[in-house]
Amino acid sequence: MAVELDGITKRFPGVVANRDIHLHVRRGSVHAICGENGAGKSTLMKILYGMQRPDEGTIAVNGTKVSFGSPSDAIAVGIGMVHQHFMLADNLTVLENVVLGSEPRKGLSIDFAGARRKIKEISDAYGLGVDPDALIEDLGVGDRQRVEILKVLYRGARIIILDEPTAVLVPQEVDELFDNLRGLVREGLTVIFISHKLDEVLSVADEITVIRRGTTVQAGIDSKTVNARQLAELMVGSELPSPETRESTVTDQQALAVRDLTVRSSDGRPVVDNVSFTIHKGEVLGIAGVEGNGQAELVEAIMGMRPSTGTIALAGTDVTSLDTRRRREAGIGYVPEDRHRHGLLLEAPLWENRILGHQTRRPNSKGPWIDRAGARRDTERIVREYDVRTPGIDVAADALSGGNQQKLIVGREMSGEPVVLIASHPTRGVDVGAQAAIWDHLRAARAQGLAVLLISADLDELIGMSDTLKVILRGRLVADVDPATVTPESLGSAMTGAGEGA
Amino acid sequence: MSARLRSLLLTLAAPVLAVVFAAIITSIVLSVSGHGPIETLSLMVDYGFQPRTISLTINSATTYFFAALAVAVAFRMNLFNIGVDGQYRLAAMLAAAVGGAVALPGPLHVLLIVVVAMLVGAAWAAIAGILKATRGVSEVISTIMLNFIATGIVAYLLNTDRLAVQVAGSNNIGTKHIPESGHMPGLSLIPGSGTQQVFGFVIIAILAGIAFQVLLNRTRFGFDLRATGQSESAAIASGVNVKRMVVISMVISGAVAGLVGMPQLLGASYSYGLDFPTGLGFTGIAIALLGRNHPVGIAIGALLFGFLDNSSNILQINEIPNEIVVIMQGVIVLSVVVAYELVRRYKLVAEQRRVSRELSAGGTGGPAPEGAAA
Ligand SMILES: Nc1ncnc2c1ncn2[C@@H]1O[C@H](COP(=O)(O)OP(=O)(O)OP(=O)(O)O)[C@@H](O)[C@H]1O
Ligand SMILES: [Mg+2]
Repeated sequence: MAVELDGITKRFPGVVANRDIHLHVRRGSVHAICGENGAGKSTLMKILYGMQRPDEGTIAVNGTKVSFGSPSDAIAVGIGMVHQHFMLADNLTVLENVVLGSEPRKGLSIDFAGARRKIKEISDAYGLGVDPDALIEDLGVGDRQRVEILKVLYRGARIIILDEPTAVLVPQEVDELFDNLRGLVREGLTVIFISHKLDEVLSVADEITVIRRGTTVQAGIDSKTVNARQLAELMVGSELPSPETRESTVTDQQALAVRDLTVRSSDGRPVVDNVSFTIHKGEVLGIAGVEGNGQAELVEAIMGMRPSTGTIALAGTDVTSLDTRRRREAGIGYVPEDRHRHGLLLEAPLWENRILGHQTRRPNSKGPWIDRAGARRDTERIVREYDVRTPGIDVAADALSGGNQQKLIVGREMSGEPVVLIASHPTRGVDVGAQAAIWDHLRAARAQGLAVLLISADLDELIGMSDTLKVILRGRLVADVDPATVTPESLGSAMTGAGEGA
Repeated sequence: MSARLRSLLLTLAAPVLAVVFAAIITSIVLSVSGHGPIETLSLMVDYGFQPRTISLTINSATTYFFAALAVAVAFRMNLFNIGVDGQYRLAAMLAAAVGGAVALPGPLHVLLIVVVAMLVGAAWAAIAGILKATRGVSEVISTIMLNFIATGIVAYLLNTDRLAVQVAGSNNIGTKHIPESGHMPGLSLIPGSGTQQVFGFVIIAILAGIAFQVLLNRTRFGFDLRATGQSESAAIASGVNVKRMVVISMVISGAVAGLVGMPQLLGASYSYGLDFPTGLGFTGIAIALLGRNHPVGIAIGALLFGFLDNSSNILQINEIPNEIVVIMQGVIVLSVVVAYELVRRYKLVAEQRRVSRELSAGGTGGPAPEGAAA
């Protein structure tokens, strides 16, 4: 056994995150952990990685009892972890981030040349395609995810924990990653991973442990003996949702019209290249593409967070010259791809996070004053309607599990009847039950005339939710796809430009 | 409610712990240098609680309070305004010069001086804000440089050829004496303190503290300011114009800094001379840290520093070096940082213990989150 966690209990103020959990992982296997949002998966992994101390229970690694005071103790016995939320320093390069904390020395100075070589080797060996000299702040979520994985491999971990590593990756990338993982496992490494994508879990894991409300529901299920439906039932006791949008609600009134939008990178290269599209009221426009093809820049340009050329009109009014706040006030809701960087104040209570991005509007403010009572009341509503699992609205956003943070953000951005919702990975990291609930909310709003720009790595979500579907490649919209007829496979190849004849 | 009380007590525990720790260190220093800690302390307490000294303590604290408040406004936005020092000196000198040059009826005269001081402080701080917003210059560096420049300007203007006059009966020079109409009347708050009144500015200080709290916690502007301090990227995504916020919060910080010299100027010296107190901006940084950028905390910190400053005057007479107090103040600030961390950890553990106790007492088998939807 590579890892044996027994009787683990961990309490937080107002919540028991883990209660008497047992997890046994065989060496040289891929073990998946499933469970709804807030079930306690991340907490359990943080305990195994030495970031949290269990209140009760024992940890054994390779048969030896251990007790970790900090992650460095865990790293010392060969455990590495990729977190659900990135732990990278924005203003440092990939190389510096990877080396940070494990500085390879050559005499007194840090051996950067050696480190760069090693990073290149690992990156090539596992097809991660990471440039050691890129600045983290210039990288998209997918690239940052790969840097995190590389960091763990670089430190020579033999037991690798991946907390939702695939949430922002498109299927091809997921396949690549899993091929790499299988390679690792053949070499005797052990992989523990968390995912809400059940198909993925079934295809890659040898064994599955399901956690619900802090306890093990079923440990070490052989993945060949279950299907996705049974797994979902074990997790949340409900059936698998499908993102089917039934009848079309598309109208002929323009909600968002983008013309000739171009965004340039700092070196003058166009990262969004002459993009034009129109979304009508009641329409969901999906944008499919491999991470890093300009989606993030497109969204930030529409939000006014990034300089661009071209015009943007909202419900017939030109908003090109407005700043982010004015655009939001004009009715743009925004679900950012990186919730920690752009969506939340982690140290602030939930009700203050309800205000964020909606500072100038009711029920959060009256004139120049913050309306505490109004904001609190509306936070309660979001918590209720979007099923945010939390002990209360006064806890810090930090204390919520990743999926519950996401539900709060989606609920917030759907408030105040937006004209357009810019949604980047709106169901990233939420469990199957909550995903269905968010889809229902989106569909209901769409029927009321909401226009949605949907960017997602989840092709089922894209195909199922979109009325119109476009493919983005190297900053350009290269193809229109009919969501009614396209299959995930053909969409996937369109995204990589396979049909382009390049 | 009792949970609230407990959390309040814990919040107070940190600074108290820090002061106790500082007292221990100081005792050791005193013992090593051959003075009895108990005797020294009782000397200070005896002297410090005489009505006259209490008045003086409140007066020092009033000044410190403004300095720390100015630092705290910027701190809340992650801006480090080291320039409070230059801002208040330049502001006080120019305001004193204006005040000495005009004759106006009572309250108007005071108001004019105060407004000039706030404007000068704001303008001087705005330079650093604008440099940061437009050129990305770190406010730490620019405010340090601006302190030097302010020192130079004050020295240049405080010359008998320019704004200063010879002070009658001494070889000190200062700005022209502000006439009676520009004085801020003192308050006889402390019975038995004789002629030593409390600065009328103590009321302004209290009002400023309340205004600070209201501005930060109750207004949209304050929300934007705190949001920017907590996460600049999230603030930008929420529509905050961070550059503008940088300039505005530096302006506010500078305006408050302009008030630092006012209690002394309008309540005691009525002129800006070579002997006008300096270095208050740095004391302000220490007190803002001690008070955790919260007005109540800052008030307590300011009173403590004021008490130490004034009660230490007795030490010299007893041939104990009163620099011991400076050591004590330094140690307090350092230990506060440590103590807050200790209390934070303790709080976490205590809270978890309480939860587990309540859960096992309640006997509800399910490990579901308390109060969350089932
Ligand atoms: N630092 C913390 N302080 C207080 N409560 C916390 C903290 N971290 C986690 N919790 C709580 O512990 C519970 C389990 O959280 P955890 O992050 O382990 O969930 P998860 O299974 O990873 O969920 P998700 O799928 O949404 O990421 C949640 O109820 C959460 O609110
Ligand atoms: Mg998690």
